[in-house]
Amino acid sequence: MSVVVENICKNYGAVQALNGVSFSAGQGEIFGIIGPDGAGKTTLFRILTTLILADSGKAYVDGFDVVKDYKKIRHLAGYMPGRFSLYQDLTVAENLKIFASVFNTTIEENYYLIKDIYSQIEPFKNRRAGALSGGMKQKLALSCALIHKPSVLFLDEPTTGVDPVSRKEFWDMLMKLKQEGITILVSTPYMNEAALCDRIALIQSGEIFKTDTPANIVKDFGKTLWAARSRNMSKLLTDLRNHPAIGQCYAFGDSNHVIMDDDTMTADMLKQYLSEQGHEMVDVFPIEAGIEDCFIYLTSIKR
Amino acid sequence: MTDVIVADQLTKRFGAFTAVDHISFNVQQGEIFGFLGANGAGKTTAMRMLCGLSKPTSGKGLVAGFDISHQSENVKKNIGYMSQKFALYEDLKVWENIRLYAGIYGVPDKEIAPRTDEMLSSIDFLSEKNSLVKSLPLGWKQKLAFSISIFHRPKIVFLDEPTSGVDPIVRRQFWEMIYKSADEGITVFVTTHYLDEAEYCHRVSIMVDGKIAALDTPAALKKQSGAGTIEDVFHQLTRGATRKAD
Repeated sequence: MSVVVENICKNYGAVQALNGVSFSAGQGEIFGIIGPDGAGKTTLFRILTTLILADSGKAYVDGFDVVKDYKKIRHLAGYMPGRFSLYQDLTVAENLKIFASVFNTTIEENYYLIKDIYSQIEPFKNRRAGALSGGMKQKLALSCALIHKPSVLFLDEPTTGVDPVSRKEFWDMLMKLKQEGITILVSTPYMNEAALCDRIALIQSGEIFKTDTPANIVKDFGKTLWAARSRNMSKLLTDLRNHPAIGQCYAFGDSNHVIMDDDTMTADMLKQYLSEQGHEMVDVFPIEAGIEDCFIYLTSIKR
Repeated sequence: MTDVIVADQLTKRFGAFTAVDHISFNVQQGEIFGFLGANGAGKTTAMRMLCGLSKPTSGKGLVAGFDISHQSENVKKNIGYMSQKFALYEDLKVWENIRLYAGIYGVPDKEIAPRTDEMLSSIDFLSEKNSLVKSLPLGWKQKLAFSISIFHRPKIVFLDEPTSGVDPIVRRQFWEMIYKSADEGITVFVTTHYLDEAEYCHRVSIMVDGKIAALDTPAALKKQSGAGTIEDVFHQLTRGATRKAD
């Protein structure tokens, strides 16, 4: 196991940031920490990268203890914090050079690792990092985190606020790094990125409430889920919520998703009910749950 | 239906660079209009012009009936604005934030107190009236910021990535608030990086390299391009982008 976390707790004053978090990630695995802002993702990353201490619990990176062996971990881990934290007044090339020399290596030695990413910003290598656009900053930050060939890469919300095109490119890069045997721990608030991970942990309010492969999490959903549409989508939501057999209902892209409490209900019965409520162009059909459905369902039963 | 936003060949150049290149569209009263595009496509520049913060190089824009080039102060009075990056003052209490914004937008003093209570009860938040904003969960801050952005009853509200980082349940509550305001006649102009949210809009435009590459209802856009989701449509259109600004 490349990353092992055992019952980690961390409080900031009265705020419980992490409450008994445990999981482990294998070598070469892309392990996703999926949850909204304030769930505790950044605190977890900062503990694993030895920047802060947990109040209790144990954690190991490549077999090294985050407290006792912190110096070793700092050599073998690559970290891309959520906030851009390179030197804004240095150029692209200077930033990369600094990171290489701090880790006692050279850009040439590990260039093959960052070639695909860095070659995209190399035309701007004399530009100050502070003057780069968001997508380019992200690529430079990843290059700097990789230049010492880490065995574990910690990426804290690398795609937040980045547009969908750059986000897709970024994930393509991660897939390639995985081929190199690098373990990747990545956090994201975008549920559709969860499916790209080998395994994920769903986290909210400092607690991990599910850890598994995306496919297994979807399989475990265990409820009948329907999509419903009509011409008036906001009235549809209200009318669906008023139906006694419906457990939960929420907007989901171009349809409303409906979790049934009563398994004797059929789609036709629901269609008829909606027509009686004056809906036009009604459509109701069964669908497979996605990670976002699972997240909504699991957090709502917790609340 | 009346058009509350009219953009006619709106263009903005910075030196030799054309950030926004002759864009034209109309948005109707009560419409939820999604304004999408990759970073660097020109969304922010276009939005700044429509909010009266930046003058177009050429072309014309009318917002709430006022010319964005010559009547920008009137434009500002008649719109609301909220972004994820900057919304509320963390060190002020909930009611103080409301008081501040209401004052800036010229809501009569006598009306502010009763309308504050009315607004807070409508979002089930009266109990937090005296809480410091920094003590609130992110989702609540966003919901509160949205309510404040429409407190002065603007004709249009501009939302710049309002739901970034918010959990899936609160994100949906937020959209239900948007629907409610649209039903009450407020026009909603919204940018987002969550492409599934584009489906909640009545119409969606997608900017590529300073131009509007597509504009229609989400259903029509998907049909035209034979794509299953707006995400697919977006990737089809932006794949050909030449601008690599971001």
